[in-house]
Amino acid sequence: MNIFVCLKQVPARDSLIRVNTAGDWIDDGDLSFEMNEPDAFALEEGLRLKEKHGGEVVAVTAGPARSASTIREALAKGADRGILIEDDRFAQSDALATAGALAAALSKEKHDLVLTGLQSDDAGFGQVGVILAELLGLPHGTIIMEVVAEGIMEVSAEGSSIRVKRELEAGWFQHVEMPLPALLTIQSGINKVRYATLIGIKKAKSKPLQRYTPQDLGVELASRQSIRRLYAPKSAKQTQFLEGSPKEAAAKLLEKLRFEARVL
Amino acid sequence: MSVLIVTEQRGGQWHKMSWEAVAAGQQIAKLLEIEAFAAVVGSGVESLGGEVAKYKLTEVILCNHELLADYTPDGFSLALRQAIEHLKPEIVIFPHTYQVRDFAPKLAASFGKPFLSDVVGVTREDAALIFVRQLFQGKLNADVSVEGEAPFFVSVQSGAFRGDSAESASAPAAVRGIDVTLEASQIRTRPQKPFRESKGEVDLSSAPIIVSVGRGIKEAENIAMAEELARLLGGEIAASRPICDNGWLPLERQIGSSGQTVSPKLYLALGISGAIQHVVGMKGSRTVVAVNKDESAPIFEIADYGIVGDLFDVVPALVEALKESSGD
Ligand SMILES: Cc1cc2nc3c(=O)[nH]c(=O)nc-3n(C[C@H](O)[C@H](O)[C@H](O)COP(=O)(O)OP(=O)(O)OC[C@H]3O[C@@H](n4cnc5c(N)ncnc54)[C@H](O)[C@@H]3O)c2cc1C
Ligand SMILES: Nc1ncnc2c1ncn2[C@@H]1O[C@H](COP(=O)(O)O)[C@@H](O)[C@H]1O
Repeated sequence: MNIFVCLKQVPARDSLIRVNTAGDWIDDGDLSFEMNEPDAFALEEGLRLKEKHGGEVVAVTAGPARSASTIREALAKGADRGILIEDDRFAQSDALATAGALAAALSKEKHDLVLTGLQSDDAGFGQVGVILAELLGLPHGTIIMEVVAEGIMEVSAEGSSIRVKRELEAGWFQHVEMPLPALLTIQSGINKVRYATLIGIKKAKSKPLQRYTPQDLGVELASRQSIRRLYAPKSAKQTQFLEGSPKEAAAKLLEKLRFEARVL
Repeated sequence: MSVLIVTEQRGGQWHKMSWEAVAAGQQIAKLLEIEAFAAVVGSGVESLGGEVAKYKLTEVILCNHELLADYTPDGFSLALRQAIEHLKPEIVIFPHTYQVRDFAPKLAASFGKPFLSDVVGVTREDAALIFVRQLFQGKLNADVSVEGEAPFFVSVQSGAFRGDSAESASAPAAVRGIDVTLEASQIRTRPQKPFRESKGEVDLSSAPIIVSVGRGIKEAENIAMAEELARLLGGEIAASRPICDNGWLPLERQIGSSGQTVSPKLYLALGISGAIQHVVGMKGSRTVVAVNKDESAPIFEIADYGIVGDLFDVVPALVEALKESSGD
């Protein structure tokens, strides 16, 4: 099974994110970056499916040159090769433009299964996977919490199909079956992700990494959504901050909860 | 020119964010001085259409077809595509539900259009609409404009518009079905019946006090500290998603859009950043307290009381103070 996993490199969790002087994007000079959280789960799911059913796992990203490190991480964890579509503008492109570039790269390849995360931690569109499915003409499932292990790859007369568990709202789930090739957007928590081993890191160095520019793929990277201003959100409530040592703050809080909010 | 509002129902049960989308759609229609329509998609939805018609709308459009009885992304996209081609709206508004996340990007892409997802506000600047979206997990807001030609596709975040502010009509709007052409062979996925996994052993919805832990708690062992605090306060323990994903607490104690919705009189958020998917599950709480080492964590935007600090200092201090005052 040829599995493609789309990985986005995003600012590391708990980064201090500051608006730039122009007020229209962030100051990303001194940020550190990491693999988007659900994408790490998507990669793990891809690796597990490959271990069960054979084939290869290809890690794909569209981003600035720094994103190559996310591909290397995927190769170190066991992906067989990588594809990097390099352009600084991907950091701010809309989901349709990003998916267009990914689709152009993937349409050159034979894919049985395409995996993405369900949402990026920076842009938070929750769209690239679904658009990619549309552009590649694939059926899809979103917010996937399980790719049912046994019997999913059952090959019938019509070809093979897959059975997945989707997360619905408020604690509900649903199984869905669909033919392959297909695209799934993976939810965090679907599995336990592995760490890269030293051997894996060594091996990664010799694994192929295909680099493209959008022009190579014949795509024009034209985002139609643009950010005019970026700013800290306004508080919905007047928060009273309790200061002092932990002991003082704790005492003040309990006092407020007892006598002001009257909830204790 | 018009706004088309797409409502959501499953098996005749309304998704209550439908009314938030109606409110948003009406507001946008006003800003642009154009008409508002609503669409109901499903099988046998005539009477549901009547329920939408009580809102101030030009017309309610029914996309009725037996192949739409169960939601599928193919079926719903194809049906709405026909409604959009028929009505030619300027803007299509959706509630940002899990179902909308599943098909709206596809529908918009089938028109070659971008989709502005999870919008929290809208204003008009000159002729153009400016939408507000959250970025970086709610740490920043962005004013976003969209270029190109109609239709524009937009979804609104849960709670960003109030469902009860949707305007009612003095006389019910007309309800009209459109012809939907759909073949079984066009629907590639086979959905099964939705089910629940929780054992229903804990009922957080009636807990008066909830102490909730997030990734800031760092290790499974540290949850005991929060549990002690919960016990001293006479409350229940709950958590954000990553804690339940790790199996540190059962799924039934997960608060948020995928988990429980609670509204206790006191909700104490320890080391929780305040992502919208968590906040939708607890923002109805009467008093919210947040303890977080990052003063810019979004959870403080909805907190009544905040302590900026390390929870590993603050929680033991709270435990001690409570023990002192109860003499235990
Ligand atoms: C479709 C979908 C559904 C989702 N459903 C849910 C859901 O139902 N429930 C849910 O909770 N999430 C849900 N999420 C995930 C959600 O987007 C967030 O990723 C999640 O809520 C983050 O959890 P957290 O706040 O615990 O972790 P983080 O975002 O990592 O935040 C940890 C916080 O702890 C603080 N911290 C760290 N150390 C300390 C310390 N020592 N002392 C004090 N503070 C500290 C940090 O400053 C940070 O603010 C969903 C996401 C999607 C896309
Ligand atoms: N620039 C990118 N390169 C590779 N994959 C991406 C990129 N942007 C988004 N994705 C994938 O699409 C998913 C959803 O992203 P988004 O639509 O931005 O929320 C992510 O979890 C990734 O798997």
